[in-house]
Amino acid sequence: MTAFEIQDAINAIYVVAVLVFILGLKAMSSPATARRGIVYAGLAMLIAVGVTFFSPGLLTDNFLWIFVGVAVGGFGGWYWARVVKMTAMPQMVAVFNGMGAGSAGAIAAVELLGHIGDLTTSGLSVAGGVIGSISIAASIVAFLKLQGWLTSKPIVLPARQVVNTAVLVIGVALGIYAVIAQETFWLLPFFVLLLLYGVLLALPIGGADMPVVISLTNALTGVAVGLDGFALVNGPLGDAGYAMVIAGVLVGSAGSLLTVLMAKAMNRSIANVFFGAFGATEETGGPVQGQLKPMEAPDVAALMAYANQVIIVPGYGLAVAQAQQKVKELADLLESKGVTVKFAIHPVAGRMPGHMNVLLAEAGISYDKLFDRDEINAEFPATDVAFVIGANDVVNPAAHRQGSPLYGMPILDVEQAKNVIVNKRGQGKGFAGVENELFYRDNCHMLYGDAQSAVGQLVSALKQTE
Amino acid sequence: MAADLWTALFIALLAAFTGYEVISRVPVLLHTPLMSGSNFIHGIVLVGAIVALGLATTPLEQAIGLVAVVMGALNVTGGYVVTVRILAMFDRSRPKGGGGK
Repeated sequence: MTAFEIQDAINAIYVVAVLVFILGLKAMSSPATARRGIVYAGLAMLIAVGVTFFSPGLLTDNFLWIFVGVAVGGFGGWYWARVVKMTAMPQMVAVFNGMGAGSAGAIAAVELLGHIGDLTTSGLSVAGGVIGSISIAASIVAFLKLQGWLTSKPIVLPARQVVNTAVLVIGVALGIYAVIAQETFWLLPFFVLLLLYGVLLALPIGGADMPVVISLTNALTGVAVGLDGFALVNGPLGDAGYAMVIAGVLVGSAGSLLTVLMAKAMNRSIANVFFGAFGATEETGGPVQGQLKPMEAPDVAALMAYANQVIIVPGYGLAVAQAQQKVKELADLLESKGVTVKFAIHPVAGRMPGHMNVLLAEAGISYDKLFDRDEINAEFPATDVAFVIGANDVVNPAAHRQGSPLYGMPILDVEQAKNVIVNKRGQGKGFAGVENELFYRDNCHMLYGDAQSAVGQLVSALKQTE
Repeated sequence: MAADLWTALFIALLAAFTGYEVISRVPVLLHTPLMSGSNFIHGIVLVGAIVALGLATTPLEQAIGLVAVVMGALNVTGGYVVTVRILAMFDRSRPKGGGGK
């Protein structure tokens, strides 16, 4: 075959790969088809990457390095993703997303070094470099926070708005200057400043806002990949660029939508999440009437055992204590006593979109027992016991009161249940720094202790009554 | 601007709407796999990284290109394995088989 025909064959495969990516993403919107979707998308990716090796025009001198890179990265990613615990999934998603962003940034750097004279290619590469650099730096900070190597509290530096804006503006200006003056030297400070901007952007964001951050950096990486695709389209092996444009923009748009959904679930704008340093200052809201009423595990167990319906509301505390297995045991025991058990999942509970669903699924809790906020809120008045495990802001009735920092956030209305049991480690406030009035309500009792041991006590108390 | 870029722009426009439409009705249950799956799909960056390294001519370009390939490969395989693991837990048959004690 001539080079022309090989390129045609490669393009045909890219077209098929793109089609399968779209179908695979589509399949992700239903639990029944999701697994098939990812497997097909994986095969398409394998083939798309495989045929790229045969692109006519690749310098044979570089082949060894390509193989080494693919082997090292491929094996590393495969191994790391396999050995990591399910509870560490949020930070794994952040890391692998950061790697994609880093790759996009590095591609932009190679394009800039090689084609600084080509205004179109280098302009697009600067754009891809900007977004890729911000995304990898923010993803790594998110990883460090989720891993607990950095405090998950907002880190607020003095005059940060001014400093951050200056870093961004100077960084982008240096990139543009490098292209116009055709001086590659300025690319180094350009990339350094944008990486710094990504770090500065992510530092003030607190742990509970991580679902938005992970989702947004994912979308940003998609956009960076798309921009690199544009830059490559202009080059000698341009057709690979089209596949990148489609896949990148597809992810960018799907990821943006998911980000907006996350922000909406907290009734906050994306700008507020990124620039608000939410939770950094303690709010001194109105005085709360009443007192906290602790309840012992055996009493809670009895209350649940004689209930018709128990709704469990999991939050990040459940993930921290890794109590999902115990919760599954509790649910099974209650069901064996004829109690209906349901789970109410708030969209931003946990540290990544859908975090609670994954944890409970890991414990083997069937997903038809998990209910979205909109599906279950009407059921609380007819519920005997609402059991809140390590969740706080998402059940705080202050969200219904004007003037509260939480005002307007759609919450789970657990206070309407006949009894509310709240499992917490201590008497601290939620991430938003707002005292939770729910805990002081007449129908609310506190079950203190780490979720793992508290739920464990419930389980053994229930077993004794058998 | 070159004709190729206009073509790419039209493609990008359609892809943006496709991405939006395809996932606009995803239940909360699938937010994690969706995010993780799209994380895997932008691993297509590996294709670009291979091309960039393949065409690199100076040692500096080669070094940065190698970084791009390693990171892209990490993104692809890590994103894939994580997504498969997450989806394996949503298997409808497993909770019923394993949990009925």
